[in-house]
Amino acid sequence: MSDHLPTRPAPSVGRVLAERAGLAGALLLLILVFGSLSSSFLSTRTLVSIANQIPDLTVIAVGLTLVLISGGIDLSVGSVLALCSAVVGVMMVDAGLSIGSAAVIALAAGAICGLVSGSITVLAGLPSFIVTLGMLEVARGGAYLITDSQTKYIGSSVEMMAASLPILRVSPSFLVAVAVVVLAQVLLTRTVFGRYLIAIGTNENAVRMSGIDTRPYRMAVFVISGALCGLGAVMQTSRLATADPNAAIGLELSAIAAAVIGGTSLMGGRGSVVNTFFGVLIIAVLQTGLASVGASEPIKRVITGSVIVVAALLDVWRSHWQSRT
Amino acid sequence: MSCLRWLALPTLLLLASCGGEESGPAKPQVALIMKSLANEFFSTMAAGAERHQAENSRRYDLIVNGIKDERDLSRQVALVDEMIARGVQAIVIAPADSKALAPALGRASEAGIVVINIDNKLDIQVLEQEGLAIPFVGPDNRAGARKVGDHLAQALESGMQVIVLEGTRSSFNAQQRRLGFEDAMRDAGIVIADSQSANWEMAQANTFTTSMLAEYPQARAVLASNDSMALGALAAVKAAGREGEVTIVGFDNITAVQAAIREGRILATADQHADQLATFGIDYALKLLADSNQTLDDLETPVDLITASSLD
Repeated sequence: MSDHLPTRPAPSVGRVLAERAGLAGALLLLILVFGSLSSSFLSTRTLVSIANQIPDLTVIAVGLTLVLISGGIDLSVGSVLALCSAVVGVMMVDAGLSIGSAAVIALAAGAICGLVSGSITVLAGLPSFIVTLGMLEVARGGAYLITDSQTKYIGSSVEMMAASLPILRVSPSFLVAVAVVVLAQVLLTRTVFGRYLIAIGTNENAVRMSGIDTRPYRMAVFVISGALCGLGAVMQTSRLATADPNAAIGLELSAIAAAVIGGTSLMGGRGSVVNTFFGVLIIAVLQTGLASVGASEPIKRVITGSVIVVAALLDVWRSHWQSRT
Repeated sequence: MSCLRWLALPTLLLLASCGGEESGPAKPQVALIMKSLANEFFSTMAAGAERHQAENSRRYDLIVNGIKDERDLSRQVALVDEMIARGVQAIVIAPADSKALAPALGRASEAGIVVINIDNKLDIQVLEQEGLAIPFVGPDNRAGARKVGDHLAQALESGMQVIVLEGTRSSFNAQQRRLGFEDAMRDAGIVIADSQSANWEMAQANTFTTSMLAEYPQARAVLASNDSMALGALAAVKAAGREGEVTIVGFDNITAVQAAIREGRILATADQHADQLATFGIDYALKLLADSNQTLDDLETPVDLITASSLD
């Protein structure tokens, strides 16, 4: 069946590696630039602090990458994360649950948000941009409602996911995030589900004509994205030891930036989870490096914005170059 | 490889403009971690600190960082971790949240870093829970808000209605300012018809004031917990055509509000000397670094009432 799907010819192994080498090279370059500007940047402590602050953005960006590949967008990720974080706070502080049970409920809450967005988008045929924009407001309001607009301090009982492990130095959250990246990449490239997502994002009509009901697949990516918001919420709540209803405002933009830097197309049909992870790393290194050299606030934003545009430009030129050779 | 060059060029150019650092190990490094540097109050504070460092460049090095908006807790916690990793000797911080920053600052204390809390006081219970002693350097916000409220009360009469715009409710200074306003209004017999949080922001304050003025047409004054919100309220009062009828007061004494006070469109604000607030904190940190036997007492800084007559 998949022979008839309108996917692009699979890129050769060489091209995939070349693309990844470009991203890895850019990342390495940034690290070297900051290392030469700040004596403290190239230290284990700095690298560990970067690794331990990216898990939430990583899992959110992974979910968003899948949504983007299927031709949709999820603008609600930041608010849904805040809602799930509020759920963790209320469950642990007011209901006295353990982090494990609270995490399961948070994941379910995120998945339900995703299911609602996905169902309305797919069944009513509305653009996901509008539906998830609505969810962005609804989930934020929900977060304020259940926390009574107060920051909920949880304390050490929630910190285990973010605490550095012995020897490895990185946190369990980081390891989980890496596992999510690997699993999602396998899902995308090695399963029928993944091939269908790419096909739907490339040309949904053609997929439908070949007799496949695309609706469950399109809904499923929103559920995955929502559940990953729940996971991201557990990671962030653990790192801050606090559930914050104001958390993750604008996180959707960072996640979109990470996906775009990694070469995911906003038009659907093309993208890679591993490359998105490189995008997250580039953003995190940029952020930490600029703070470490003491760049002024306006300069930080100018540089971060420029890197996003330069990355998108590179992507356009790369596909241009690829289509000619 | 052209990919690398394209990324490298703008990055290098822009980084070169920020300048590198030359840090001798002898001088202590002080990290000043602020809230949003887009807010004039905090940029004034940062500028004051940078001036102080320039005048005392032999005594210490300064690295200033802020966050995108007032509530980006996650980024502020990350900044604390990054400054620990950078190996600074002292952190002077205006916490974006009274509770959430405590665990990260605990890690800093553990690493032997002197931590000073400025502007927004950390939650005492959470500090106790984390087993931390972090001195607070800053003004008594409740007393400051009370001064503003008392001055407003002189222009009103007992029994009149007013509305209050609070800051982000989870922050301590927002709670203190609300209490100060309430103290003054209660003593003057003035009724607070409604009190809502506009999260320190002008646009939100504008929206809320518009709806509260419609709901409480008798309201004769708006007490805003910061000047940005006072300006938002001013625009709402003007749009409702009630300028002159509804009096506005603020807090912080930012430049834009000084102009409005001179023109008589805002009655009063409070000046907590933002430009000196961070330098008080830095001086205190240097003192603690020089003598580790110092007791970790809080340090109260002055806060003054600003009116049209005090500006001249």
